[in-house]
Amino acid sequence: MWRSRWFAVMAAAFAALALALSVLGTALVGLAGVAGFGRTTASLLNLVMLIVPLMGLVMGAMSLAGEREQGTLLTLLAQPVTPTEVLLGKFVGLAAALGAAVIGGFAISGLVIAKAGGWAELGDYLAFAGLTVGLGVAHVALGLWISVTSRRSASALGMAVFLWMVVVIFGDLGIMGTTVVLKLKPAQLLWFGFGNPAQVFRLAVLRVVHGDLDILGAAGLYAASRLGGWLLPVLIGALTAWVAIPLTIAWAQFRRRGAL
Amino acid sequence: MSATRSIPATSPASLEARAVVKRFGRVTAVDRVDLSVRPGETVVFWGPNGAGKTTLLRCVLGVVPFDGTITVCGHDVRRDGKAARRLMGYVPQEIRLPGHQTVSETVSFVARLRRVSPTAALAGLGRWGLEGLAEQRVQALSGGMKQRLALALALISDPPVLLLDEPTSNLDLAARRELMEQLEQLNAQGKTLLVCSHHAAEVWRIADRVVVLEHGHVVAQDEPEQLGAYLGGEALVALTFSSSQKDEAAALLRRQGFTVMTNGSARQIWVRIAGDRKLEPLRALHEANIRILDLELHSAAPGHDGHTGR
Repeated sequence: MWRSRWFAVMAAAFAALALALSVLGTALVGLAGVAGFGRTTASLLNLVMLIVPLMGLVMGAMSLAGEREQGTLLTLLAQPVTPTEVLLGKFVGLAAALGAAVIGGFAISGLVIAKAGGWAELGDYLAFAGLTVGLGVAHVALGLWISVTSRRSASALGMAVFLWMVVVIFGDLGIMGTTVVLKLKPAQLLWFGFGNPAQVFRLAVLRVVHGDLDILGAAGLYAASRLGGWLLPVLIGALTAWVAIPLTIAWAQFRRRGAL
Repeated sequence: MSATRSIPATSPASLEARAVVKRFGRVTAVDRVDLSVRPGETVVFWGPNGAGKTTLLRCVLGVVPFDGTITVCGHDVRRDGKAARRLMGYVPQEIRLPGHQTVSETVSFVARLRRVSPTAALAGLGRWGLEGLAEQRVQALSGGMKQRLALALALISDPPVLLLDEPTSNLDLAARRELMEQLEQLNAQGKTLLVCSHHAAEVWRIADRVVVLEHGHVVAQDEPEQLGAYLGGEALVALTFSSSQKDEAAALLRRQGFTVMTNGSARQIWVRIAGDRKLEPLRALHEANIRILDLELHSAAPGHDGHTGR
């Protein structure tokens, strides 16, 4: 029950912050002279990268671990269902809930932006929303993996928060530090980024919104020149892999572990 | 019970277990168990806590990984677990359901999983005395009502095999009697019942066959009457004290030469007593001014000595 409340609070917070950013963005129209989806997308990116992974990880991590701890997982698995159906059912349900929350937040924000600045760049904004759903779903899959391996919901929650810090907070610092220490080349830096779903998401969004990746420096330039028109499909493929791989591992471990 | 029904010896088995082994790390909870249960038979798994009864039942359900093979009505519970579980109803020792759901939501959910009309399933609640509780939250039900709900859920699709794990352990005397009557009726209808219990009176009342488990092994299996003679006159007595007197009582009885088991309970101890010494622990406790709050007498299986004693 508390998980539902937690999710409702997080979804409301996301919607409120997205709305605040869009209102602020449109209020600055007079100062900067431009408004619209492209401008707000940039400011929404940081908010999304902070909140959506946390929502996905915690929702996923608490699902099966909580049921295992309460004993309801045994009751469920005693029914004529397979572990695969249970895991996929959880995944689809959580992904749908997170997706609805994300789309709700984007819709509210989008209406405010459109009212002030028109519908220009709506396509980019919708692509951004879609990628955000992908980011959230990838973290739901990671959270489910944590959940399958955890006996208690408290330990699952701890691991989820730790992973969130690694992905979101320490992700940038880690890449910067590693680059300095190991003197990584731009190509290595790019592949290093593929190891973090949040970085993959950021590259994809910047590619959609800005068209080029100059803002990301040498690695961005290398990515754009090396992959050219394939960059966005490759990034979407990488984000899809960040959904499929944790989910497959979670499935294998869940089948092996059973109800206890 | 076995006297009132005839179980055809040639019927295909409801359950076949071969070389079933379940380990938790270094602990072997179920050790090379072979078992065959005929349709309509009531088999009671009997033994002390930790004997492997519950684990064996979970293996039969296919909800935990194990080595060996178990088939239920011809369906391998590992390879074809979904089909096997469709033929089984399960009543756990303490049913765990999402507490925020109402009885009707819970019944509808399980009915859909078992391909039964939720409307029909809800209409059947009256059979279990739950008709007025449909909109009540599960967490607000009493222990007895939860157990009735568990039985109602297990039988929602009328499966031929019913698994019950210590079904009376959380019930008062009246509810316990009522459940035993329901189990007798189900057995008379031809259901195959697999029951875990350590209550001798219940075992003797409903069992066609008793399978005695010890350290995960099957140490004996026979009709209850035959097993009674095999077990001899020894007994296990469960004694309940106030938490402040439990340790004192256990120490006193150990000094008197009794085997005392605590099984982690804060207030209850189990004492193994030879048939001709049944009153001695009670007398010793009385003389030491230790108040016994409750007492249950069970027959004991051979070979218990010391394995859970502390």
